Amino acid sequence: MSARTVLHDSDITRALRRIAHEVLESRRGDGRLVFLGIPTRGTVLAERIQRVVDEIEPGTSSVGSLDITLYRDDLARTPTRAPAPTRIPDEGIDDAIVVLVDDVLYSGRTVRAALDALADHGRPRAVRLAVLVDRGHRELPIRADFVGKNLPSSTSERVSVRLADVDGVEEVTIEP
Amino acid sequence: MKHLLSTRDLDRATAVGILDIAEDMARTADREVRKLPTLRGRTVVNLFFEDSTRTRLSFESAAKRLSADVITFSAKGSSVSKGESLKDTAQTLQAMGADAIVVRHHGSGAAHMLAHAGWIDAHVLNAGDGTHEHPTQALLDAFTMRQRRYGADSRGRDLEGMRVVIVGDVVHSRVARSNVWLLSTLGADVHLVAPRTLLPSGVETWPVTVHEHLEPALALDPDVVMMLRIQQERMHAAFFPSAREYAREWGLTAERFAALGPDTMVMHPGPMNRGLEISSAAADSSASTVLAQVTNGVFIRMAVLYLLVAGSSEESA
Repeated sequence: MSARTVLHDSDITRALRRIAHEVLESRRGDGRLVFLGIPTRGTVLAERIQRVVDEIEPGTSSVGSLDITLYRDDLARTPTRAPAPTRIPDEGIDDAIVVLVDDVLYSGRTVRAALDALADHGRPRAVRLAVLVDRGHRELPIRADFVGKNLPSSTSERVSVRLADVDGVEEVTIEP
Repeated sequence: MKHLLSTRDLDRATAVGILDIAEDMARTADREVRKLPTLRGRTVVNLFFEDSTRTRLSFESAAKRLSADVITFSAKGSSVSKGESLKDTAQTLQAMGADAIVVRHHGSGAAHMLAHAGWIDAHVLNAGDGTHEHPTQALLDAFTMRQRRYGADSRGRDLEGMRVVIVGDVVHSRVARSNVWLLSTLGADVHLVAPRTLLPSGVETWPVTVHEHLEPALALDPDVVMMLRIQQERMHAAFFPSAREYAREWGLTAERFAALGPDTMVMHPGPMNRGLEISSAAADSSASTVLAQVTNGVFIRMAVLYLLVAGSSEESA
């Protein structure tokens, strides 16, 4: 069996808009929002979510990226990879509500690394997690606050997120 | 990459990749917490058979920023002064669990020997071997040039179109050799200036233009003028008549410095012999990158340690 598309481009756009609304709704009060995407595709998603948030409430949020390569717990087991740039907005993250954004939530280890990396940049008021796809199989006590789509999968299946800005096409597929 | 022994075997993509990782490392310097957990549990040994302050401290601080354990070994006051060989010293360090060995040695080829003699499995970083190579110095010089030229827009760029004039004691200089290979790989137009006695034999086969006098080279409006240190400790013969004559003919005097273009960088690998190869007017000016070179040295060494030590021992992607 070949790859099955579970989200088309319009589904992805809709999911991101919904996440943007949910983030605003959950903010309660006047906390400054900082969206930090985990490279590569998390960064693109964070930018898109923040753009929607900025349309609704201009000037209350900013966006950046947080590379986690240097914080991975499997560095010694895999070939060396080049880190991607980290961009923290000039205002910093102290006392902000940071929303980490990634494409797929799986074992939770990436998020663990991101939390460690974040702590080295400052002390946010709260940290939330937004993902486009949650495919289950957590290995750590981590859950997402905002989910585009829950996608029950088996560990042998392969979930791929492709985004127009990075891959030229826009879809989420699952293949055995 | 298993070892970093020379800049000669680096291709352009690899070299730019190292500079880009150093860019990421530089970013961590202005964070609240500067330390990264990347090399936690790894041991880096600094094995210094030759005196050095900045290179040793730079490697030490780079390894510590990456959370590695650091053991520093200097030959003075050690078993080496009792006659222990490089091989025995290296094997002792290996037995202590060294993951990487940063070596500085007065013998050209010592790092290569350590890496390839089959004595040890650790990664070897050449921190200067005799008059052969000093690759991290060349990388930090290239990084500094790129940063001055392109600023925040440096990532991914090479040195295509930059003209670099390297002046002085080329024959004894591992810094010059490493820079010649690396800068020309990165696309820079490299010129060497030195009295004939301080040029190595075979220099005509290098990818450089050689000048015997400083003025014609400075007239080319270079982007970078790099002054090499006159290595008095390696001067066992009369290479030039007197220090004053050297300063007058090949030194970056205040007058020569004043005639340089407004954007020309003045570089020096340190330690400087003020009044000999470089005047204080040049060394202390805003054109001087001497202190930036020291700062950038830590980032380059972090990048190299990361590339060599962090990944699994299988050939990296």
